[in-house]
Amino acid sequence: MNIVVCLKQVPDTETQIKIGPDNKSIVTDDIKWVINPYDEFGVEEALQLKEKFGGEVTVVGMGPKRVTESIRTALAMGADKGILITDDALEGSDSLATAKALAAVLKDLEYDLIFTGQRGVDDDMGVVGPALAELLGIPNLSLIVKVEAAEDGKSVKVNRPVEGETLVIESSLPALITAQKGLNEPRYASLPGIMKAKKKPLEEKTLGDLGLDAAQFGEGARKLKILEMTPPPERAAGKIVEGETPQEKAAELAKLLHEEAKVF
Amino acid sequence: MGDLQEYFGETHEMVRQTVRRFVRKEISPFVDQWEEQGEFPRELYTQAGETGILGIGYPQAYGGSGGDLFVKIAATEELMRCGSGGVAAGLGSLDISIPPILTLGTEDQKRRLIPPVLKGERIAALGITEPNAGSDVANIRTRAVRTDRHYVVNGGKTFITSGVRADQLTCAVRTGGQGAKGLSLLVIPSHLPGYAVSGKLRKMGWWASDTGQIFLDDCRVPADNLLGAEGQGFYGIMENFQKERLQLAVMANMTARMALEASIRYAREREAFGRPLSGFQVTRHKLVDMATQVEVSQEFTYRVAAKMEAGKNQFKEISMAKNFACTISDKVTHDAVQIHGGAGYMREYLVERLYRDNRILSIGGGTQEIMKEIISKQILN
Ligand SMILES: Cc1cc2nc3c(=O)[nH]c(=O)nc-3n(C[C@H](O)[C@H](O)[C@H](O)COP(=O)(O)OP(=O)(O)OC[C@H]3O[C@@H](n4cnc5c(N)ncnc54)[C@H](O)[C@@H]3O)c2cc1C
Repeated sequence: MNIVVCLKQVPDTETQIKIGPDNKSIVTDDIKWVINPYDEFGVEEALQLKEKFGGEVTVVGMGPKRVTESIRTALAMGADKGILITDDALEGSDSLATAKALAAVLKDLEYDLIFTGQRGVDDDMGVVGPALAELLGIPNLSLIVKVEAAEDGKSVKVNRPVEGETLVIESSLPALITAQKGLNEPRYASLPGIMKAKKKPLEEKTLGDLGLDAAQFGEGARKLKILEMTPPPERAAGKIVEGETPQEKAAELAKLLHEEAKVF
Repeated sequence: MGDLQEYFGETHEMVRQTVRRFVRKEISPFVDQWEEQGEFPRELYTQAGETGILGIGYPQAYGGSGGDLFVKIAATEELMRCGSGGVAAGLGSLDISIPPILTLGTEDQKRRLIPPVLKGERIAALGITEPNAGSDVANIRTRAVRTDRHYVVNGGKTFITSGVRADQLTCAVRTGGQGAKGLSLLVIPSHLPGYAVSGKLRKMGWWASDTGQIFLDDCRVPADNLLGAEGQGFYGIMENFQKERLQLAVMANMTARMALEASIRYAREREAFGRPLSGFQVTRHKLVDMATQVEVSQEFTYRVAAKMEAGKNQFKEISMAKNFACTISDKVTHDAVQIHGGAGYMREYLVERLYRDNRILSIGGGTQEIMKEIISKQILN
């Protein structure tokens, strides 16, 4: 079974995000970059399927050169080869443009399954996976927490949680799965894995290599424009409930919960 | 403009991330509990072994993960992020006990004594210090007398990191006459009759690390476990020190950095006289001094490490780096507690532990004064 995992590099979730002077972007100077956690579930699932069915796992990423580090990390986890789409003209591309670039790489690859994260934890758009499936004309299975491949490797049965229930979907292959938290517990890249990853193939492709028109990518081609970024409101100070007796305090608390917090 | 020298590349960053995740998942959630218990679970060795963290810097032929000095530095920095110097020291005891086996050991000894330790299946400790011989290594009294196929060892070791749980002890013993020339290194398995261990020594810091005293009483050790020839012990011990000192310098720098970061956070949050502490110029300037010192010390340590990596002898410089880093971490952890006020004295706050854990760094691996002896011999003679 050949599997492709699409991978985005995002700021480490423990990074303190600072908004830049333009109010439209974040300051990236001191950011630690990691694999988008949802994509990592995809990498792990792909590796588990490979361990069962054989085949190859290819990791495809897009972005500046620093993204090679994340692709290599996936190689260190056990993926076989990597492709990085990198081109100055890609800077500022929106989700749709990203899906187009990924589709251009994927059309030349042999695959039974594609994994993407259900969303990137940076922009929270959740568009790339479904858009990519659409562009490739294959089924899209969103928000998946369990994947079972048929013994013959020709179809999959997957679970999606819906309002506390589970929707079980069966699909022919090839198909695209967007990974949701709960799918698995991703392994670490082990040290021996990291050393081996240095020797695994990692190819770089520009828009030109993929036969794509630069005008359709980057800031200028965005269908969605970012108008402004604002930090979340500061948490207000806590309140101490006044009262002489427990009864008075409870009554005051109930009143506050009703009138101010409006929880009931 | 010349090229900017970067010490860390892609591989180092990947290692950093692996160790960071390992720490976040396997260590940080439990670290307060382990500190209070006075040890961490043995499984942490096997987990760190499986991930290849224990094997950093050792040849793959003996189960190591390979990697240069900066891979080791990146891993140590991330390990220190767990906030417990004791955990780092306990996991790190193999880094002082395995190198002499690599330097002096035979192929058979390397294959026998190294891989199980790097896998985390066996705990290794280094036994140099004795009740009557610390800085004065050449004064070691533990005696090993050769019979036909064994050494019969009598004596004792103290303040041994991982000493309570160690499965094997790389032990300095006297096989010859007085002084440095009479010393040898012998690897002693702890299951042998005549090998006994004290309880955990109660100490100021490094609580999560089991520090022990070891008693050797007619302990018959196979002569196969002698590292190198008789009399090569002192050389083996001294060879070991360069990397240990680098390791301690890195630990001091990280201790200081974490104390600084915690202080910056606290100074922003804590209010007094109607404004955050960071609103007082005195506090701001103190934080600036701390930040400057941490930065300078770290850069110097990296520079010395880069020279060591290039194969240059840095005996003097690494002693300087260790001393400098420890002086800075002494100052910075002191100031960090001061900025925290009473809270800094409370166990709930990280700086309280950093302050205690820091104290050993200018004592272990050669005291501040012994470092100065080494440096003075080089600059004055
Ligand atoms: C937590 C902890 C873990 C340790 N782990 C290990 C371990 O794993 N293995 C191991 O073998 N040892 C270990 N040690 C021991 C450590 O290496 C020694 O404590 C250290 O080398 C100092 O020796 P000492 O304690 O005997 O002090 P001493 O040598 O008695 O020194 C006392 C004081 O005198 C000063 N002094 C000594 N000689 C001179 C001199 N010539 N000139 C000027 N001043 C001098 C010293 O600098 C120091 O200030 C550990 C110690 C601690 C506290």
